[in-house]
Amino acid sequence: MPWLTVLIFLPLLGVPVLALWPRMSDAVARWVTLVVMVATFIVALGALGAFDPQVAGYQLVERVEWVSSAGLAYLVGVDGFSIWLVVLTAFLFPVGLLAAWTTTHRVRLFMALSLLLETVVLGSFCALDLLLFFVFFEALLVPMFLIIGVWGSGRRVYASVKFFLYTMFGSAFILAATVYLWFQTSAQFGQGSFDLRQMEQLSLGVTAQRWLFVAFFVGFAVKVPIFPLHTWLPDAHTEAPTHGSIVLAALLLKAGPYGILRFNLDLFPEASRYFADAIAVLAVIGIVYGAIVAMMQTDVKRLVAYSSVSHMGFVILGIFTFTTEGMSGAAIQMVNHGLATGLLFFAIGMLYERTHTREMDEMSGLGQVTPWIAGTFLVASLSSIGLPGLNNFVGEFLVILGAFGADRWFGAFAVSGVVLAAIYLLWAYQRTFHGPAREGQRGLADMVPREFAAVVPVVAAMIFIGVYPKVVLDRINPTSDGVVRWVETVEVDQPDLPGGLRADVQPDYAPPEGVIAAERAGVRGAQGASANARAFAPRGEGP
Amino acid sequence: MIGTPAIDLGPVVPELILVGTAILVLLGAALARRVEPLGWLFVSLAGVGGAAAAAVALWDREGDLTVLGGTVAADRFGVAVRLILLAIAAIGLVLGHHYFERSGEGRPEFYPLVLFATSGMTLIAVATDLILVFLALEVLSLSLYVLTGLGSRLGSIEGAMKYFLLGAFSSAFFLFGVAMAYGATGSTGFADVASSLAGRTDGLALALTGLGLLAVGFAFKVSAVPFHMWTPDVYQGAPTAVTAFMSAATKVAGFAALMRLFNIALQPLAWDWRPIVWALAAVSVVAGSVLAIAQRDVKRLLAYSSIAHAGFVLTGLTAAGEPGISAGLYYLLAYSLTILGAFGVVMLVSSRGDRRTELEAYRGLGMHSPVLAGLLAVFLLSLTGIPPTAGFVAKVAVFSAAMEAGGWPLVLIGVVASVVAAYFYLRVIVLMFMHEPEGEPETDRGWVPRFVVGLPAALVLILGVFPGLVVGFLETAAVLRW
Repeated sequence: MPWLTVLIFLPLLGVPVLALWPRMSDAVARWVTLVVMVATFIVALGALGAFDPQVAGYQLVERVEWVSSAGLAYLVGVDGFSIWLVVLTAFLFPVGLLAAWTTTHRVRLFMALSLLLETVVLGSFCALDLLLFFVFFEALLVPMFLIIGVWGSGRRVYASVKFFLYTMFGSAFILAATVYLWFQTSAQFGQGSFDLRQMEQLSLGVTAQRWLFVAFFVGFAVKVPIFPLHTWLPDAHTEAPTHGSIVLAALLLKAGPYGILRFNLDLFPEASRYFADAIAVLAVIGIVYGAIVAMMQTDVKRLVAYSSVSHMGFVILGIFTFTTEGMSGAAIQMVNHGLATGLLFFAIGMLYERTHTREMDEMSGLGQVTPWIAGTFLVASLSSIGLPGLNNFVGEFLVILGAFGADRWFGAFAVSGVVLAAIYLLWAYQRTFHGPAREGQRGLADMVPREFAAVVPVVAAMIFIGVYPKVVLDRINPTSDGVVRWVETVEVDQPDLPGGLRADVQPDYAPPEGVIAAERAGVRGAQGASANARAFAPRGEGP
Repeated sequence: MIGTPAIDLGPVVPELILVGTAILVLLGAALARRVEPLGWLFVSLAGVGGAAAAAVALWDREGDLTVLGGTVAADRFGVAVRLILLAIAAIGLVLGHHYFERSGEGRPEFYPLVLFATSGMTLIAVATDLILVFLALEVLSLSLYVLTGLGSRLGSIEGAMKYFLLGAFSSAFFLFGVAMAYGATGSTGFADVASSLAGRTDGLALALTGLGLLAVGFAFKVSAVPFHMWTPDVYQGAPTAVTAFMSAATKVAGFAALMRLFNIALQPLAWDWRPIVWALAAVSVVAGSVLAIAQRDVKRLLAYSSIAHAGFVLTGLTAAGEPGISAGLYYLLAYSLTILGAFGVVMLVSSRGDRRTELEAYRGLGMHSPVLAGLLAVFLLSLTGIPPTAGFVAKVAVFSAAMEAGGWPLVLIGVVASVVAAYFYLRVIVLMFMHEPEGEPETDRGWVPRFVVGLPAALVLILGVFPGLVVGFLETAAVLRW
């Protein structure tokens, strides 16, 4: 069974139903969407069942020629990293939908966009063809942009446009680099291709590899977001409707680290090693900076948004430790952050629906009025903090373990992020739920069955991963091992960086061979230019 | 005995049909005043259809590569460009009919003028002689000047005047370029020019001057910076239906002729013209995108966007030969469908004549006319280059071609400029969907024009998802023969 294709396009099938059904009532639209999303989740579980945990490479691969003359294919497949993101996506979309159940403004359009969004998110996690990935990755912007801009609050228009432009700016570089790689496959293999597995085989000069790495990295770093490219995030998360915030924080942010794992490390292993320290520093800055700024917030949604900056720092740090622990930790942390932050936004959404404010100063003592919401918020907070027994502990522990393995200082600073998280989240809990209840907020209703239906599965998943992470890690570890080995061992075969910036890469470099090797890859202008000039100059034009 | 050369009119049958229909409609409209304009619309559409059929018949033509004394090429490139142009003309005719019906400006001369312009455009796409290129250029330009001035508003007449004056200048430049090329090579036929220039290393001054002047002439027609000054005024002034036709078709025709001229006649000078194209592309992309930000009128906004898009096509053309041409053709197809549809929506939103073309008219459009707003959103996203629209595939195609030609800085300029451009396209989408409408909507509710505008939207999406449908066709067409 073509699991992934069914999975990706099942939500899309709901869109024409919603669009063409004459005079569909809002209630029917909601139920149709929910049914489609739950069915998608069931298919995702089927895909998980069909996934062989022993195998490190891509599985469930499907390939259909798309534009054969350009070497463009519909190529999908999953490995230990992406299978969990796929399951997470299919799991959180219905949860988010339940959060948006009470929307009354243009319901059909909202539901259609939500289904469209699910398709493109799933597609971007499954695509193994670089251009196909880009198509999904870029197509994400439109439904998300509309969801923030049409159903958001306050400064929704500003936030949505900022989100769109920031992300598009980043991905513009990915597009340029993708086209360059295609051109390289065309020059080196005689037939252009966007197939990731073929692009891995390219022999790229060191300089070219580093520039391409930067291009991809900038694109994904905006999405993660990595400090200092994060400024779109607080606006977008805060102004988005609850459903949008959940999808944005829990799933779209994962496209960033996923892209780095999948593309940057796979395609440019040497450059990944070269930039690892610098990126780890940025990640650590993000951890601490995000946490400190979160502490200063009075808007509870903004607080959680900044906490995402901090938590995503862990993921990036884990990746660039290049240890199996760090890598697996990062991969599982993506899932954990999705669950925990998704639940936090869900709880905040429930509060906002009842109190119509996000300012913590205007809330107090809600723990007595709405104990179940308080409980939900507390569980999600404790998970975010990294309480043992809940899911985030596993990921953060592994990442910190890996960070200490790579460099003590990274580990030390990363730990401080955990402590700071405890401060801002528990403080937020205290300000919102403790103390005397306010006069106007006494009669608020607690959670309704619909909300329980969304919260209970998420909490169950969090506890399950916290107690028995083996199920998840067993499928991630072989892939992490493979990636670490790939990044650590692949030697660059074209040292166009003589005696270069990192002598350990190619200690015994002989100039003539290098020039020949460079020419083999079609590097023009390698001769004549001085060694240093070449080391810092961008790659010259092709033949 | 002197034999007269065989005259094979086969490859110009589409043009003959177009001109014949145009004359028929012109005379008919003058003599039979009682006939409803709808009748003339159908006659014109039949002419366009006939021309298209004749063009298709030329696809598998066997015989001489050029006819009529080497002035007209009979290759598949010509067929492909003709089909694109005829499709644009058909949609343009329907839109224009509707426009003039609604505005009550009953203009029967609209139909023959569009047909004449189209015949000039299809002719310029197959011309392989500079003199014929010039003639076709004049046929299409003169028709367009008059079409621009068809509206009864002052802006329309002002636009026509501006277009005419600047167009006359550019024609002069072009003609001067032809003279220079003739002086340098002793011929105006593409093949002879090429063979005369091939292998020549000195005494190129005259040829290079000619190259520059010809480039100026084309840059004006396709509105590349810095020869774009007329574009916003003319696009804004002309009746919207004419703008729709003109913005799409002129670019296709101009670029088709440019591709043929540069890749055949001036192919030996490729190393000299590629930097020129490079520079024009870079400046157009940046200037078009940046200047569009300040616009408050949707027609002007699309005009500046069309300048940026001219730059993107030029980006693809920096790759000489087949890769550049096939990428350029795809871009032109995607762009012309998109801009045609976009101006079509603009026409329907302004309802009667050109009353509401300021951006404010789009406030809340998504609420009261979701179909029009949705269509315009598709077109705007395609212009931005967001997948899965044809605009995205087109952008990837021209960037790949430019990358193959070693122009990665140009690609970088292109991708960054697209982000700048995204801002003003988004602004329209924001107005349509994220604001509440103010006042009574006045959009046109006719279903025929909606269908006609929906057609390009469907194609934009289909070609975005399945570009393979036309890629093979365009790649075959990208081989120029002479």
